[in-house]
Amino acid sequence: MQRFSYVRPKSVEDALAAFAAAGPAARYIAGGTTLYDLMKLNVERPHAIIDVTAIQALGEVNTSGEVLRFGALATMSAVATDQTVSRDYPVLAEALWKAASQQLRNMATVGGNLLQRTRCMYFRNGASGVSTGNAYPCNKREPGSGCAAIGGLDRGQAVLGQSSACTAVSPGDWPVALMAMDASVEVQSFQGKRSLRLVDLYRLPGSTPHLEFTLKPEEIITAIIVPKSALGKRSTYHKIRDRESYAFALASAAVALELEGQLVRQARIALGGVATRPWRSVVAERSLIGRRLTPETALAAGRAAFAGAKAGRHNAYKIELGARTVADALLLASQRPA
Amino acid sequence: MKLAKKECMSSTEALDESGGAVMGASTQDSSPTAGISRRGALAASALLAGAVIPLARAEARTAASRSSSDIDGHLAVNITVNGERAAVSIDPRTSLLDLLRERLGLTGAKKGCDHGQCGACTVHVEGKRVASCLTLAAKADGTNVVTIEGLSMNGRLHPVQQAFIDHDALQCGYCTPGQIMAAVACVQEGNATSRDRIREYMSGNICRCGAYVGIVAAIEDAVVKMGRN
Repeated sequence: MQRFSYVRPKSVEDALAAFAAAGPAARYIAGGTTLYDLMKLNVERPHAIIDVTAIQALGEVNTSGEVLRFGALATMSAVATDQTVSRDYPVLAEALWKAASQQLRNMATVGGNLLQRTRCMYFRNGASGVSTGNAYPCNKREPGSGCAAIGGLDRGQAVLGQSSACTAVSPGDWPVALMAMDASVEVQSFQGKRSLRLVDLYRLPGSTPHLEFTLKPEEIITAIIVPKSALGKRSTYHKIRDRESYAFALASAAVALELEGQLVRQARIALGGVATRPWRSVVAERSLIGRRLTPETALAAGRAAFAGAKAGRHNAYKIELGARTVADALLLASQRPA
Repeated sequence: MKLAKKECMSSTEALDESGGAVMGASTQDSSPTAGISRRGALAASALLAGAVIPLARAEARTAASRSSSDIDGHLAVNITVNGERAAVSIDPRTSLLDLLRERLGLTGAKKGCDHGQCGACTVHVEGKRVASCLTLAAKADGTNVVTIEGLSMNGRLHPVQQAFIDHDALQCGYCTPGQIMAAVACVQEGNATSRDRIREYMSGNICRCGAYVGIVAAIEDAVVKMGRN
């Protein structure tokens, strides 16, 4: 692991100043469950670590106002067990609960989790200088070096949103659920505060897969805002994994429904485990509006969500699995009391 | 830990800051000395390495620049482990797991995957279970840490420890300290309310021997006993 300096500022302003002083090779650290992990693998090589976890104001959770407001430093376990979240927004609580182990949820923050990096094994395990031996090329890790996953062991790779440079899956559960609930984030830099919709935080890989987020280098996510919605109660996060618990998604779906009798008035559908960024499918949502929710219409919506999907060598199963995950999620959500 | 501290202090006096004596110490440890267990030797060498820490200097640093590394990259960390305070000067790259094992001689928490995937390194920080391998030791500055070594009270095993014995909840034992620390937290969190819930909330602790049936049974048993105590 590369050497780094370490500071723990107590305010956002001090953190920004520390970042400016340290230069572009600085990284903020919150829970550290992604960054420190990748530093051990030589994938992340910051010269300066700015630990933001002493900024107490960023840890607050407020679900009693007009919106759900999650301070970026609230832990995943704290938000998962918030009463309002678990009662009125099961999609959010389940996405957190099905992510990681309790040990990691106690460490990881809801803001940091938005920036979790891919689990693509070529990205993680191919860096030079690690005992894994030969380095694999990876455009995300070393821009322009190539992609070993394309044509390689691609069982876990994306079927939506990939490019000829990168097929790495966006690994998160929480961002997918937030996407379905129209969340936005507040960010702060020297230029002040701004708000951006979560959907605008993520880039497609295109020819620059090393650029994953639209944040400026020094910007800090300070809070996540979710508009309160009647859709929350009839919602679920359905996650299909290689084992029953504690694994990344092969395919997942965050769905929320507003029903009138048996007719769908509104639907939200977002996908995880299958795309290069958290993936909202408006086409699938629209296919349900004004129709009865049945196993057939639910599966049709699932298929619509994957209409543009493209498989590699070993991941075609994700297209069928993903469509059925959406269908099952819709039926599960529809059975919840409004 | 108490004995360890004494040795630590006396060794400090004998060693210079460059840690020149550490080499000799580890050579000595690797010799086949009768009556010294592997665990004992490991802990002793950790303490000799740890003894290089000049406590006074670490404390001075703490006062001057709390929670930031100095120019030569050292970081002062004050930590309370199992009720005992320790002041150490660390490389900022150090994990809490390595601090516990290599510097404080507490080898109960195990290094399995070193990437937060197996749970063998589970300890409690401020009453919450965490993966100590993915916790920067720097982040543990000013916190209370409890490891498997701090679980028994007045010579009596913690109910979860006793339940693991009673239910044969292990085979090789390597994952056991992490399993027990996770299990204690699982009960304290109120997540040990059913077999399914125990399985879900213990899923971050992998057991290669496959002792899961015994582990779940032990936790179910311990819940009852912890409720009574």
